[in-house]
Amino acid sequence: MTRAALSALLSHWARNPLQLFTLLAGLALATALWSGVQAINSEARASYDAAAATLGEGQFDQLLAADGGTISQADYIALRRAGWLVSPVIEGRLNGVRLVGLDVLTAPGGLGPVALGGEADIGAFLSGGGQIFAHPDVLAQLTETGAELIAAPDVAPGTAITDIGLAQRLLQREGILTRLIVAPDQPRGQLPLAEAAPRLTLRAAQGGSDIGRLTDSFHLNLTAFGYLAFAVGIFIVHGAIGLAFEQRRPVVRTLRALGVPLNRLIMLMALELAGFAVIAGMIGVAMGYVIAAGLLPDVAATLRGLYGADVAGSLGLRPMWFLSGLVVALGGTVLAAGGALWQLARMPLLASAQPRAMAIAAGGRARLLGGLSMLLLGTAGALALWGTGLVAGFGTLAALLIGAALALPVLLDRVLAFGQTLSRGVTAGWFWADTRQQLPGLSLALAALLLAMAANVGVSTMVSSFRLTFSGFLDQRLFSELYVYADDPAQAAALEAFVSPRATAVLPLMSVSRDLADAPGELYGSRDDLTYRENWQFLDAVPMVWDVLARGEGVLVNEQMARRAGLSLGDPVTVAEGVSLPVIGIHGDYGNPIGQAIITETLFRTLYPEVTASRFGLRLNPEDVPAISAALRDNFGLPAANIINQAALKAFSMDVFDRTFTVTAALNVLTLAVAGFAMLMSLLTLAGMRLPQLAPVWSLGMTRHSLGRFELARAVMLALLTAILALPLGLGLAWVLLAIVNVEAFGWRLPMYLFPADYARLGLFALMAATLAALWPAIRLARTPPAVLLKVFSNER
Amino acid sequence: MLLNVRQITKSYPGADGPVPVLRGVDLDLAAGETLALTGESGSGKSTLLHLIGGLDRPDDGTITLDGIALHELDDGGRAALRRGVVGVIFQQFNLIPSLRVAANIAFQARLGGKDDPDWAATLAQRLGLTPHLAKYPEQLSGGQQQRVAIARTLAARPKLVLADEPTGNLDEATADAVLSLMLDLVHETGAGLLMVTHSMRLAGAMSRQVHLRAGLVA
Repeated sequence: MTRAALSALLSHWARNPLQLFTLLAGLALATALWSGVQAINSEARASYDAAAATLGEGQFDQLLAADGGTISQADYIALRRAGWLVSPVIEGRLNGVRLVGLDVLTAPGGLGPVALGGEADIGAFLSGGGQIFAHPDVLAQLTETGAELIAAPDVAPGTAITDIGLAQRLLQREGILTRLIVAPDQPRGQLPLAEAAPRLTLRAAQGGSDIGRLTDSFHLNLTAFGYLAFAVGIFIVHGAIGLAFEQRRPVVRTLRALGVPLNRLIMLMALELAGFAVIAGMIGVAMGYVIAAGLLPDVAATLRGLYGADVAGSLGLRPMWFLSGLVVALGGTVLAAGGALWQLARMPLLASAQPRAMAIAAGGRARLLGGLSMLLLGTAGALALWGTGLVAGFGTLAALLIGAALALPVLLDRVLAFGQTLSRGVTAGWFWADTRQQLPGLSLALAALLLAMAANVGVSTMVSSFRLTFSGFLDQRLFSELYVYADDPAQAAALEAFVSPRATAVLPLMSVSRDLADAPGELYGSRDDLTYRENWQFLDAVPMVWDVLARGEGVLVNEQMARRAGLSLGDPVTVAEGVSLPVIGIHGDYGNPIGQAIITETLFRTLYPEVTASRFGLRLNPEDVPAISAALRDNFGLPAANIINQAALKAFSMDVFDRTFTVTAALNVLTLAVAGFAMLMSLLTLAGMRLPQLAPVWSLGMTRHSLGRFELARAVMLALLTAILALPLGLGLAWVLLAIVNVEAFGWRLPMYLFPADYARLGLFALMAATLAALWPAIRLARTPPAVLLKVFSNER
Repeated sequence: MLLNVRQITKSYPGADGPVPVLRGVDLDLAAGETLALTGESGSGKSTLLHLIGGLDRPDDGTITLDGIALHELDDGGRAALRRGVVGVIFQQFNLIPSLRVAANIAFQARLGGKDDPDWAATLAQRLGLTPHLAKYPEQLSGGQQQRVAIARTLAARPKLVLADEPTGNLDEATADAVLSLMLDLVHETGAGLLMVTHSMRLAGAMSRQVHLRAGLVA
């Protein structure tokens, strides 16, 4: 019995291959976009973990130079003598590779991901030419070192590990250390740090990778996109399954009438769908792999540029996301088919066997969906007003998008009903009425289009607003024509003396890393200069803010610190042991993940006399920039990396920014393509079911070509209405992203700008997609042989 | 006695409360006997047929078919009955559109584990369906589709064939031809036949007629 029943069920797909294709393709696309994003995320996270394991980041306390510079061998020796169990580390760039030198005998984490033993022989590591363990992708860049090169895939991408002595030699920084790793178990009675090495500051272990936490927000955005794309795909699957069940109602009744028990039938249909889900899931995961492999280089570049995180530019196949892709495909199918199976379970055996006219059943359902959509939109409003945290932000997004998708058929029906009342003439009247009747069958595809378009409008608004703000912010902040970095305090002093007579202004950049409002941050000392007064803009500030700052009577804080700590003007901030100043201004600081506070230079020098400026911003006549740069190189032997041109820095920053959103743009296009596909499949599937409705109109005198033209016009009109409705939804989405999600994820709020030309272009694309999707079914209809149309009547015997 | 129906009642919910359709029907049918169930529209003919076929449950009364008390069966039991003991021929044919004619004919027999390709081939040949075995139902005329439905039912060798207006969608000549073939084949299998019809002409071809009026045997 089971085989016979299953063969009858499966034969449906053999006779309706397009429907099967829709189902498999929808599910595969949904899985592909979701698992592609997961692949990128899991690859990036694996890279962070490798980096954390290599560098001991987050796992151990570390000692850093308080002035942000390097640590001398003398400080290290002084600390060891004072009883501190610390291990030296040097880091630098060699031929573009991040070279990390460790002392394997004292490092608490050993060699991180490289186990000594086997190829990693400790004797060879420490003696002779030495050994360098490097990620395979950078081995070729280290051939000139003369050391034995060993490929170590577990080492972080773009990184190499070697003995500290060899690293110092290769980096030409003998006797210089970057930081000291503090062993977890320290002997009692050691000298306090302030006495043993007053120039150093302790950074506590953070229980996880710094990079991982910094990039979490970025990955959160990607994950949100993955879910959105998945939702669009599930709309397609839901549509395909719904239509398939609808068309199979007579078969289901016949099977039951012939003796197939209902529970067996449900089980068989569930098994059938599970089989499809596994097949589509595997295709989807494979496609996701291709998408991820295509996008990963841009993601890697973004993460490197934005956060300094190295991610492998090539993709590894990880079993977890392969399996999770399959689970998601199955889960999506359950989500999409649950309703249909439930209806089947409740369908009386003697229910009408004719395919239910969807429009007839749509009345009650529309009211239910309308109510549900109002509830969801209300929830979105409530969460936006009163919710806190990132989860509430994404909850707002989800409720807004799903609520709008559910409201779409109701709104479109009202618009079409209005059009019907305005129509003159019998053909127009039929067109509006017939379009209303088609609405339930097309509503899922239109909802997918609505979501895809809203996501496009929302994300492009966010990105363009971000870009505009960021560009303005760069102009505001990068006003010095040249930025110069000195290697040590003596060189810094000489540099300052050299450039002072040649520049309009010399602006030293001094900072210390310290806790600000109970979180790690950076305190800057800023010179009182007209340049700052003319260029800086504040989100909020007291009157005459620069004068107050110059008197040392206040502190400026960045927006993310103010939001995180709940600071507003007048609130005190501790800037040094026992010194608190009121907040006098809050400034935007886009792209900076940590808190930043600024006090005046004179006060800074008083509070932190040990800190000297090693970085300077130089205000110059733009035409003097090349000559001064050359003079600095010639007189001080400064490498090119120590002299940064403002224009180059801005171009670099904008490039980093643009690459950041390449991924988002690519996902946008893919989501829109998926929605276009949903439209095409719905129209093609409906085309077959339309004949009984169109044949009478044809028999009454309308030509087949006219019917085809009407079908095309109908699809374009519905897409146009959907596009119009997508605009406010997209802007709502942008507002949630900018004013809620961004604030929760990054700590800053961006102003929202509107880009009408972009929206018009997007609308045009949507109409083109709808036209293309409707063209084929319309042409097929226009070419339907009269015999096929006549068969509609003969079947009614 | 193959079929024994006693004091069957059945109502359907209506706007003003339950609407009685059958109000205590008694009916018997012997093996090999053919019976026409006639009556006006709404007299309860199809409802009675559905109850006997295990497609629905009575409100009250008993139905015994081949010694099986239908009114005591649960859904699974009634499904098994439909697979093995009764065969229903519907006015709308209810063929499976995605299966070819040959697969449709063998379908119910396969469900009941009684697949007999020779018998199915004989039926196809007797019903003039042999040239159409590789076609899909939609490629056949109405008369041909009804013959496929008859073949499907008889291929499973049910003890009782229930036919609900089996020729209602056919013209008079085709209806006569189909009915004649169906009667011949039912006689050959030794099954009982209970046919619902409006047509007194077709009812005359049965060995016995029962007329229903307002939910009661007239």
